[in-house]
Amino acid sequence: MPSTAAPPFTVRVLLFASYADTLGFDSVELRLEAPATVGDVLVRLRALPGGDRLPPRPLCALNLTHVRSDAPVSGGDELAVLPPLAGG
Amino acid sequence: MTVYLTESPLDLGELLAMVQSPERGGAACFLGTVRNHHGGREVLRLEYSAYGPMVEAECARIVAEAESRWQVAVALRHRIGRLEIGDAAVAVAAASAHRDEAFVACRHVIEELKRRVPIWKREVYADGTVEWVGAGDSGTAGQRVSEPHVTAGLGGETS
Repeated sequence: MPSTAAPPFTVRVLLFASYADTLGFDSVELRLEAPATVGDVLVRLRALPGGDRLPPRPLCALNLTHVRSDAPVSGGDELAVLPPLAGG
Repeated sequence: MTVYLTESPLDLGELLAMVQSPERGGAACFLGTVRNHHGGREVLRLEYSAYGPMVEAECARIVAEAESRWQVAVALRHRIGRLEIGDAAVAVAAASAHRDEAFVACRHVIEELKRRVPIWKREVYADGTVEWVGAGDSGTAGQRVSEPHVTAGLGGETS
């Protein structure tokens, strides 16, 4: 059987607070090709309308854990892009 | 399972009761309440929102870290939704055999919550404007959260 490229996969991106206001939605499904990182998802997000208004290095959480932009993502992951935290 | 997020008024006495025991002779508390001013402007009220599932996960990690680092029991709760001036937004209680560990753990937990837990607040000002707190300095928040002494695994970008 001939080898084929890894099939695309889907990541669910969540936006909150000021970022959701800026982009006009609070979740979106993005299709990527493996291997991909959080940074690759952010590139795709920035290409959407309003995405250029996100800061250069937003805080991100992958599957409920803070991650850096070089963290790998895979199918079914949930990536949250977090505005400046303001709890307390 | 502990629930760290609530839409109901906070009860510090309830949190204290969760951590006090006969062998713990010192309890320290922190209560964060809604302030009527910010940046020289009069604030009428706050609206808190959160990434609920991650709040639960991150608060559980913070409490577990504190309880493994010190001989303490910690209770923590944050309120979301619409809060008026003077309402309690966050409460921490830490109890230990002696006061030193109770104080230091209580302080640690509230500082880590502010650095790591995904909660946001929108301030409604007396002049009619509404603003997300911290939105004006977006892009630097990740740096605040990613200072090197923070627990391993915490992300954000340094520049």
